[in-house]
Amino acid sequence: MMDTTVAVRTSRFADWRARHQSGIEEARHNLHVFLRDKLAVAGLIVIVATVVVAVFAAYLAPYPEQGRGDSDMANRLQPPSAENIMGTDQQGRDVLSRVMFGARIPLVISVVVTAGVLLVGVPLGGIAGYFGGWIDEAVMRITDIFLAFPALVFAMALVAFLGASLRNVALALVITWWPWYARLVRGMAISLRERPYVLAAKTMGVSHFTIIRRHILPNAFGPVIVQMTVDVGAVILEVAALSFIGLGAKPPTPEWGLMISEGRQYILSAWWLSTFAGIAVFGLVLAYNLVGDALRDILDPRLKR
Amino acid sequence: MEFRSLRGVVKALNGVYLTVHEREIVGLVGESGCGKTVTGYSVLGLLPKPQAQVTSGRILFKGDDLLAKPQQEMRALKGKVISMVFQDPLASLNPVFTVGEQISRVVRVHHDLEKKAALEAVRTALQATGLPPTDALLKSYPHQLSGGMRQRVCMAMAISCGAGLLVADEPTTALDVTIQMQILKLLLRLRDELGVSQILITHNVGVAAQTCDRIAVMYAGNVVEEGPTADVLKRPRHPYTLALIECLPQGKSAEQLKTIPGAVPDLIDPPAGCRFHERCAHVRDICRDTMPTPFEVARDHWTACHWVQEKSGRGVGVTTGHEPGVGAAGVPFNRDPGIEHTAGGGPATGESGDDIRRE
Amino acid sequence: MSLLEVEDLTVHFKIRRGLTRKSIDTVHAADEVSFSLERGTTLALVGESGSGKTTVAHAILGLNKPQKGSIVFAGRDLLALSRGTQRTARRGMQVVFQDPYSSLNPRMTVHDLVAEPLRVGSEISGDALRERVVELLEMVGLGTQHLWRRPHEFSGGQCQRIAIARALALSPDLMVLDEPTSALDVSVQARILTLLHRLQIELTLSYLFIAHDLAVVESVASAVAVMYLGKIVESGPTATIFEDPRHPYTLALLASVPSPDPDRRSAGAALSGDVPSAIDPPSGCRFHPRCKFRMDVCDQEIPPLEDRDGRRIACHLPRDFDLSAEQEAARAARSTAVVEDRQRSRARPRGDETPVPKMPRRW
Repeated sequence: MMDTTVAVRTSRFADWRARHQSGIEEARHNLHVFLRDKLAVAGLIVIVATVVVAVFAAYLAPYPEQGRGDSDMANRLQPPSAENIMGTDQQGRDVLSRVMFGARIPLVISVVVTAGVLLVGVPLGGIAGYFGGWIDEAVMRITDIFLAFPALVFAMALVAFLGASLRNVALALVITWWPWYARLVRGMAISLRERPYVLAAKTMGVSHFTIIRRHILPNAFGPVIVQMTVDVGAVILEVAALSFIGLGAKPPTPEWGLMISEGRQYILSAWWLSTFAGIAVFGLVLAYNLVGDALRDILDPRLKR
Repeated sequence: MEFRSLRGVVKALNGVYLTVHEREIVGLVGESGCGKTVTGYSVLGLLPKPQAQVTSGRILFKGDDLLAKPQQEMRALKGKVISMVFQDPLASLNPVFTVGEQISRVVRVHHDLEKKAALEAVRTALQATGLPPTDALLKSYPHQLSGGMRQRVCMAMAISCGAGLLVADEPTTALDVTIQMQILKLLLRLRDELGVSQILITHNVGVAAQTCDRIAVMYAGNVVEEGPTADVLKRPRHPYTLALIECLPQGKSAEQLKTIPGAVPDLIDPPAGCRFHERCAHVRDICRDTMPTPFEVARDHWTACHWVQEKSGRGVGVTTGHEPGVGAAGVPFNRDPGIEHTAGGGPATGESGDDIRRE
Repeated sequence: MSLLEVEDLTVHFKIRRGLTRKSIDTVHAADEVSFSLERGTTLALVGESGSGKTTVAHAILGLNKPQKGSIVFAGRDLLALSRGTQRTARRGMQVVFQDPYSSLNPRMTVHDLVAEPLRVGSEISGDALRERVVELLEMVGLGTQHLWRRPHEFSGGQCQRIAIARALALSPDLMVLDEPTSALDVSVQARILTLLHRLQIELTLSYLFIAHDLAVVESVASAVAVMYLGKIVESGPTATIFEDPRHPYTLALLASVPSPDPDRRSAGAALSGDVPSAIDPPSGCRFHPRCKFRMDVCDQEIPPLEDRDGRRIACHLPRDFDLSAEQEAARAARSTAVVEDRQRSRARPRGDETPVPKMPRRW
């Protein structure tokens, strides 16, 4: 009792700590569980390294200008060597630099896409699940329409319609992904709305909006986060795929899918063009999946202590 | 018996002595977390293997140590000779099989029977549990049955292979009171008509009083008192048993309700000595550092309490230096040194003492 | 005047299927339920699963929509009020649920949980809010060291205390207690019941106590209403119902309680069979398929709930019908495991038996 009272007066930080003591302990516990999973730690390292490389590509890349698109026709299609660790491409650009700059696109797009998906899908799913009835019917029928098309084909059609660009790829991915999240959150909301604490909040006169915001969404968030980490990998793959077929990034943008596509015609003579970009995609997607698996173990309520 | 968890080692059981005689229902009574379910599970070897470790002790079934038995043999015993009924009958039945299929599966695993003969055994088992052995019932799925019927189906499955020992873990807790009484009467019938010995795990003192021949009261991983039902409930010796009975609301007004101060100790770091000493009104110095040894306080009635021992005039220090099971204070709980080892004989026919012992 | 008067309350649920949401079945969850609760007293609604006791509680709390009837709370008929006014009127009633863990949002701290109802009207905030929260926690026996903890760090009994503190926050007149102790161990149950009893006296609270455990009901309730399949079969003062039960279902229910007295073993199950479905309840008296005193009239006519012998009862049996054997069984089941008179057992010569220790009165 004294602890809290004293802490409140000593400093704002101590007050903050006292208030969030429980959360801090839980976070510490979760971190402990996460760190015991070696594969997940490896995945996290890959992701963090990718972020660092993407942010500091201009300083880290051996040939920053080439990474951005300057060609050096004298050095076309050089195999890996001391100067060009991953060799050079059909325009003489250093593949390593291009792979490093290429890390920016999937990271930015995955953040934009997940943010967009969450912004649309989570509130819609929460409202549909909490209120039920005709609101639920309406939202679910709309998601049915979106889910009736294969996601990638749908995204392709949208980008083809909107015009090929990375911005439109992001938009198309948001449009094809949000229904999954709406459904996920709706399912959670339906099971949560009958929980005694929600009923208790209703009897206290708490408004529907506050109940959704305070009681439904925070408790529906665990599965959403898990789904997100796994989906980020898929988003990266789809961006690469759309660029690969010419619907995403335009040359000379350093984009992994585009690089694989460009290297395709040289695959027999200059294997390094497609290979290193492919490894980058593969590595990053795998890293996200590993982290996602570990988060599932931590956040899945059924596995909770 | 220990559990390994993220927070540390949970010392779930600590010296549980329990004897089940033939044709006897023994109640394991205690509050949540006292270790009664762990005891029940360990009889059937159902505890999760890497986390749960039996650090010492024996479980003797007709003289054989179940803990020393190889997996294969244990599997053959489980469901046949020793079987279990759980609290939630819906969760313990497979929703995609009909009643007939589920039970005949168990029968055919343990007995080499034709489909027809197995079905006959199923009907007999159902009849024994008071269910009509009709085709309609055999063909119905668990979700189509009421809670009481599901629990009867579980019991039919448990006894379908002629089990000699049934471990029932809170079999009536999920049921309504009128149905609960029906199931309790069924347990008594299984004992009387089929000679099924039972361990009834329950938190409800009333359920134990109505059903059991003997009762073992557990607290924080220990059996603190054990004896004939009437003796334990009407003349409780251990302070915890008495307190538990006094907490019952039966026939008391809200002002008269007694409570036990404090909370059940954390079993990762259990208190030294008697595990009840922090909440006990009669705590002695010795209770804080020495674990009490069970001694016979009346005929067939055992308790592990320094204070009772002191009162009884036997002196407190007498047993402390001894291993449980020997010494002047008496042989605790394992009162049948000559447990017959019956080879092959069916449980209902063979003369046996089902001795579950733990240290 | 009574604090709460429920008259003819009927709640039916329609089971809807398919695209057109056509109703295919109706669950008769509560039918023409009437009772009243006096200020400062406890009324227990008793029944097995499917009896409709929780449905009635939810109707009073505004968690479902009754088909008909009236719920007069503190002089106002809630069902006749507009939604907004209903919400204000219902602030005088609060609820405590059965499962202590699921009735508290696991992501919120104790402070936020207890403060939630106080924030609704945003009457107080900041330091005043925190003081009020601490005051409420102290009322239920918790301290400030628990303020920033979350529910999973507490035991079941402590969680129930937090739920009680939250319910007390708006200084309600009526507390709906929906099986508040049935998920708890007996020793914890005893402490929660003691706490509720103390609060009732200190704050002049009225309790609507939903329960299936008759032993608990007898010790806390001043009046009892026994429900079966959506209908009240017998109601009256606790002493009357427990000492002199007249309805065959009440008798069976009382006789089914496993007594902790091993000398009073019940001879057989008091009631056979299961509770029928509320989708298509039996005609006439809903209890008739399981009733051992069934008469011809029972499946024809619905017995009215009438006042007689100091209670309200819905049964066709004649008033002078001899129920003494059943009443005896019902009384036997209530007997407690009286720890035998210590003097006497000490005097009893029994070989190696030691004198039974004297226990202090208070534990």
